[in-house]
Amino acid sequence: MQHNDPSRSVGKIELFLGFLKIGLLGFGGVGPWVRHVIVEERRWLTDQEFAEILGAGQILPGPNTTNAAVFVGDRFQGPLGVLACLLGMMAMPLVIVTSLAVVYDRVASIPEVNAGLTGAAAAAAGLVLGTALKMIRNIRPGPVAWLVIAVGFAAVAVLGWPLVPVVIVLVLVAIGLAMLRRPA
Amino acid sequence: MTGALTELARTFAMLSLVSIGGINVLLPEIQRQVVDVHGWMTDAAFAHTFAIASAAPGPNVIVVSLIGWQVAGLPGLLVATIAIMTPSCLLAFVAARALGRWSGNKAVAILRDALVPVGLGLMLASGVAMMRNVDHDMVTVAISLATAAFVIFSRRNPLWALGAGTVTNIITLHIR
Repeated sequence: MQHNDPSRSVGKIELFLGFLKIGLLGFGGVGPWVRHVIVEERRWLTDQEFAEILGAGQILPGPNTTNAAVFVGDRFQGPLGVLACLLGMMAMPLVIVTSLAVVYDRVASIPEVNAGLTGAAAAAAGLVLGTALKMIRNIRPGPVAWLVIAVGFAAVAVLGWPLVPVVIVLVLVAIGLAMLRRPA
Repeated sequence: MTGALTELARTFAMLSLVSIGGINVLLPEIQRQVVDVHGWMTDAAFAHTFAIASAAPGPNVIVVSLIGWQVAGLPGLLVATIAIMTPSCLLAFVAARALGRWSGNKAVAILRDALVPVGLGLMLASGVAMMRNVDHDMVTVAISLATAAFVIFSRRNPLWALGAGTVTNIITLHIR
């Protein structure tokens, strides 16, 4: 694992533009797009580093993508980097969503519009699923990590248990298992 | 007006601190606050607002911004957005600093090992939950699965798959 590798430096304007793109592309939520732009396209982080940020972002309160933006911004440029990432990510979506609210009333009854929205939403769901599977493939979890992935998935998606207690218990169990593997 | 802004700020700043797992998980509670507790909009208007926010690009948190906009215009949008983001972002900032400072520490290494699979499992679950909400026929299920496969096996921009999904569902509208 390489952290704060000095050979990779990302400027404030690059951060702003990267997250501006993430915000603009982010149909169905920006999670998958954060990975696409940061890992695949610009190679600011590896899949492993991104998964760590995502994992931390998910157990903290708040939208996990804004948490990821805070982590990425601070890592490369400190507090100003955080602001650059957050402003970049929110700017265009806010303009677009208010414009949509203004025109929506006029087009909501057209069946093609609703079919198009549904199709885009279905693809967005597949995007989240595919991104998770791709990260699992790239990270190659060991048997213990596979177990944690499977239990978390089953508890939330199959059994429909409430998320907060599941996350708390799962994190504690995962920490216990990780300690067994790396005795302090 | 000022009263509504204060209430928006208070409501969403509090929700920000309990939103573990993100905004989608929090939606039922947001709906309860906005419709039942504060009476800012009807259930139908809330569903309408959520549909618009889903159709726009950007983080899911913009649904909160749009609620602010519907309640109190531009000041409402700004207040709601800042309220839902600031507490959780400050906490994330502190956490990022702590993880960075003690990155060589064994405890942090263990924490990292533990968080990665938890995050991956939840992301898988959220993909499936989104599919359940949206996919009500074979065409939409096929669109979701094809998009997932595209992301896994191609490095191309996923926007291609989103565009294809949109067009496919419009075209098949009349042959169902």
